[in-house]
Parts: sequence; C-alpha cells; structure tokens
Amino acid sequence: MGGYRFSWFHIAAALLGGVVLLFIVAPILGMIISTPAKSLIETAAEQEVVRSIWLSVWVAMAATLVFALFCIPLAYLLARFDFPFKRLVLGIIDLPIVIPHSAAGIAVLGLIARDGLLGRLTSPLGIELVGSPAGIAIAMAFVSVPFLINAAREGFALVPERLEKAALSLGASPITIFFTVALPLAWRSVVSGLVMMFARGMSEFGAVVIVAYHPMVAPVLIFERFGAFGLKYAKPVAVLFIGVSLTVFIIMRLLSRNRSNHA
Amino acid sequence: MLRVEGVCKKFQDFSLNQISFTVDQGDYFMLLGPSGAGKSLILETIAGLHKPDSGKIFFQGVDITHIGVRERNFGIVYQDYAVFPHLTVYGNIAYPLRRKGIRGKELHKQVTRFAERVSVAHLLTRHPQTLSGGEVQRTALARTLAMEPRILLLDEPLSSVDVKLRSELRSLLRSINSSGQTVIHVTHDYEETLALASHLAVVNGGCIEQVGSVQEIFQNPRSEFAAMFAGVHNFYPASIVEFSEHGLTTVRLNDIIAICCYTEGCNGEGFVCFSEESVILSTEKPHQSALNVFRGRVVEIFPQRFGLMAVVDAGFRVLSKVTWESASRFGLTPGVEVWVSFKASSVRFIPRAS
Repeated sequence: MGGYRFSWFHIAAALLGGVVLLFIVAPILGMIISTPAKSLIETAAEQEVVRSIWLSVWVAMAATLVFALFCIPLAYLLARFDFPFKRLVLGIIDLPIVIPHSAAGIAVLGLIARDGLLGRLTSPLGIELVGSPAGIAIAMAFVSVPFLINAAREGFALVPERLEKAALSLGASPITIFFTVALPLAWRSVVSGLVMMFARGMSEFGAVVIVAYHPMVAPVLIFERFGAFGLKYAKPVAVLFIGVSLTVFIIMRLLSRNRSNHA
Repeated sequence: MLRVEGVCKKFQDFSLNQISFTVDQGDYFMLLGPSGAGKSLILETIAGLHKPDSGKIFFQGVDITHIGVRERNFGIVYQDYAVFPHLTVYGNIAYPLRRKGIRGKELHKQVTRFAERVSVAHLLTRHPQTLSGGEVQRTALARTLAMEPRILLLDEPLSSVDVKLRSELRSLLRSINSSGQTVIHVTHDYEETLALASHLAVVNGGCIEQVGSVQEIFQNPRSEFAAMFAGVHNFYPASIVEFSEHGLTTVRLNDIIAICCYTEGCNGEGFVCFSEESVILSTEKPHQSALNVFRGRVVEIFPQRFGLMAVVDAGFRVLSKVTWESASRFGLTPGVEVWVSFKASSVRFIPRAS
C-alpha cells in the first residue's frame, strides 16, 4: 500500500472490523477470565471430564486418519481432472457445511442404525455403531470431510502439472508420481486440511449428540452440565476444552502459515 | 529412426494437421516456429503425453503410436525446466535411476557420472531454488540424460537463459549430440537453429511448412512464412580464415569467395548472413567504403510485394532488393553484368556451437 493514502473510509472500515474481532474474542476471553483457577483445576481432575476430552481427541483423530485415505485421493482427482458433473461432485462435497448439523446427525443415524445401510452390515458382526466411538467418528467425519477435501484439492491444484508430466516421462508410474511429486509438494495444504478436519470433528456437537449421547464427548458434556447444573458447572469444562481446541488451532495456523508450496 | 506420419491432434482450441517428418539416428532435429505454432504439442505427442487423433508415429520401424510414455523412453526437458523443487540436485538426477531400480553405490556412481557430464557435480546437495537459471537447466538435462533416453526432446531449453549462458549450453547440447544422442529441439529462434540443427522443420499454425537441412530451408524457403521466419536469403556456411584485433574478419564461403565481416570469435565454422536490402547493385565498379565488392551476372529478377528481387551469380548466389525505378534505370534483366557490394558491418557471422 506504498503511497496509498489512508482515508476516513479506511479508518471507518478498521473500526467496524475491530467490532467483529471484539465480538469473537470478548465472549471467549470473558468466560476464561470469569472462571476461577481453582474450579478449573478441580474440573481438570475429574475423570468424567478428562475421559470426554480424551474421547473427543482420539475419535476425531481416528476419523480424520481413516477418512483421509478416501479424501486425499479424491482431492487429487478433483484437482487434476475435468469430468462431466464435476461441479455437482464439488457441490455434494460442500453439502455437510450447509445443512444443519442436527439434520446431519439424523441422516447419519439413518445410515448407522441397526436397520440402516451400514448398520445392517455391522450388526451381524456384533458391532453396534449407534452410541459407540465408531458412530461418533462417522458423525464427526460427515460434517468435517469438506475441510480436508477442499484444502487438499487446492494444494494439489498448485502443483504444476508439468512436474508430473516430467516425472511420467522419467519413467514414474501414476502412483509413484502421486507419492513422490504431488503429495510432497502439496503436503502443507494436505496437513492443513487434516488439522482443520480434526479440529472441526473434535468440536462437533449437533451431529454427535444425535448419534451418541454416551459415551460423552466434550461438547456433549458441556451441554449436559449446562442443562443439569447450570452455567457455573459448564464453564470450567468449556474453558478446558477451548484450551485444547486453541492448542490445535495454533498448531494448524503454524503448519499452514506458508500455504504457498515450493513449486 | 523416428517417423511421424500424418499426425493430427485437436487440443483445446488448437489443432495439429498432418504432421509428418523423419528424424535419423544421431540427428539434431529442430522444430522452428513462432509461439503458439504447435511445436510443444508435437513434442509432447512424440513423448507420448498426448495420443494423436489420427496418424502414426514409428520408432525404428515399430509403430509406437499407442505405446505409453514410460515404454517409449523419450526424455523431455521443458522450457521452465520442471525440476522437482522438493528434491536436491542429487534427488532430481537420481529420480529416473530409482525408477529403474538402481540403488546404493551404483545409484551414487551414476548420479555423479551424469552430474559431471553437465558440470553440476559440485551442486549435488543443493535445492533448485538456490541455483542459477543455467545450473537448474543443467540439472534438468542431467536428470533426463540419466534415463538414457532413446531420443532427447527439448522444449525451448535456451529461451530463459542469458546470452553468455546460452552459448555455453549450446556447446553442451552440441557435445551431447556429438556423442550419438538423437535430439529433437523446439525453438522460435533461428539463430539457435543455425547454431545447432542438422535438419529442421518449420512449423506454423499447427502445420509443417517445410522440412529439410538447414541450408535447404534458409536458402530456399518454400513458403512465405518459412522465408519470413528464416529471416534472410543471403545465407552461407562459412569458416573464419583471418581475424584482426578490431574484430574485422575474413570468412571463406568456398575456395574462391572470401567476404569481410565483424565477428566476436577468431576461429571456427558457422554461417554468414546479410539482408537483401543491404546489397547494392551497380553497373560500374562502386567507389564506396563497402569492403565486399564482387562482379556478377543477374540470373533472375522477379517482383515482390514491394519492388523487385534480383538474383545475382557472383561466384555465390546473392539476392538484392531493388526498386522498379532502379531496375529500369540500370536495365537489370537476366544476363546483365553488375557489381555487387555490401558493407562488412551488414554481415552477421553466427558460429556453430562447438
């Protein structure tokens, strides 16, 4: 902006923007400040709280890693090829972002319930998905896969196709090209997508609460404490969980700080 | 060795039409044409990156039209080099070798051998981002040579490097070709063509306008485009015989004809060229500063878009552009004896890459 003069409009825009930032930061900061350290320590020592936070973390992690096996190749195909109805496919991928998460939970429940498409396959094996970590993982993945697919797709699109052509002419097979050229060059975006998917899945409440009230993930525990005991008891759990989420968020920002790939 | 027969290919809004030419073993074949002529598409079709819509490609008599890129084993070097930015120079050169299953000491030996061949052996641990344009280009060449390609395909490899480096790289390409490597090289630069090509095809608008040796095409362009692109008609293979310290040089076209020009180098083979506009015809011996004066006879005179073109036999075939008024004033008709003169400063000497 060298030589570009700062006008009244820019000052007004900065002030309006400041209000938005305050709007985001103030409630979170207010909650953290108003929670006494003593109650935080006591809550952190509660088995139920530790268990729910740990459940949220590991189930979200597992959902991210398992679904990455399906999402990353899809993202690569979407970045590299044009095909009929590609826009429709891109729209379908974004669908979980636009539908209400409680509705998403109902849809997932229909899939994994005993008489659902997936439930019918797992029930005879003695695996009940509803009310299990596997069910929670599916609900988390349903609402968070768009974040991984879109970030990875953008990353792959930034890898010059010419590098892949060069690799092909140098004797590499398509799978070798994917692992030796495309993935190493798009890794920042892919990792950023993985972290976003993980963070989004971990903080999911709407879809998860419908699929599994128990075992209780942290967002459901916060909701339950608020409903049963009130704000005072819900706050320390919320602050602890925000702490975990913020840690993940900071890692995500650090990893995706330089989204521009080498290429 | 390589025969391209009537290849047609539609690609986005562009199409190649009836592309045909033959490249012999050990040839340095160039595809010369302006940007957007379809040269790179021809090269990528030969490499197997695009399938022709019709036509065939033969290699050593075998139809390879539908054979995959890897099976063809034709190495391609792109204008933007396409070196892998996440790998070191070593990793780049090792890439095709690893695909062949070469590992350990043998891999190291071969990487070093190819790196030494293009003088990048001291850069093996560096990443491409830390190299100069010329070093990256050499790395790309070494990487492609490491696959020991049956044909080396070069897509405008010298267009992004400076003049000094270009001359070094030309020498390198010439030496690679001299070792028996068949090369197909795409360029829009006729000087580059003169410096390197043994044969060439002039490409325009997705079609081949002319195929032949450098001399054939530059002296007898068959189409207006080829003539325009070849740039000059007064074009002769020549060798330097005498060089003075001011750069004034005598070059010999054949046993009889020697002409004066300015050159940078003091020995070697190459081509001399000068424009038709710089050649002056007169019926009496000229008393001017021009150092190149020859006696000759008009053999042909034909109209051009502007004025006339006179072809004079002065022991070598010289073309001169004249106005209708001059032609009529000096009675320039076939058979008339004339003096041909042109300044040494109007002659360019383009050395062959050694």
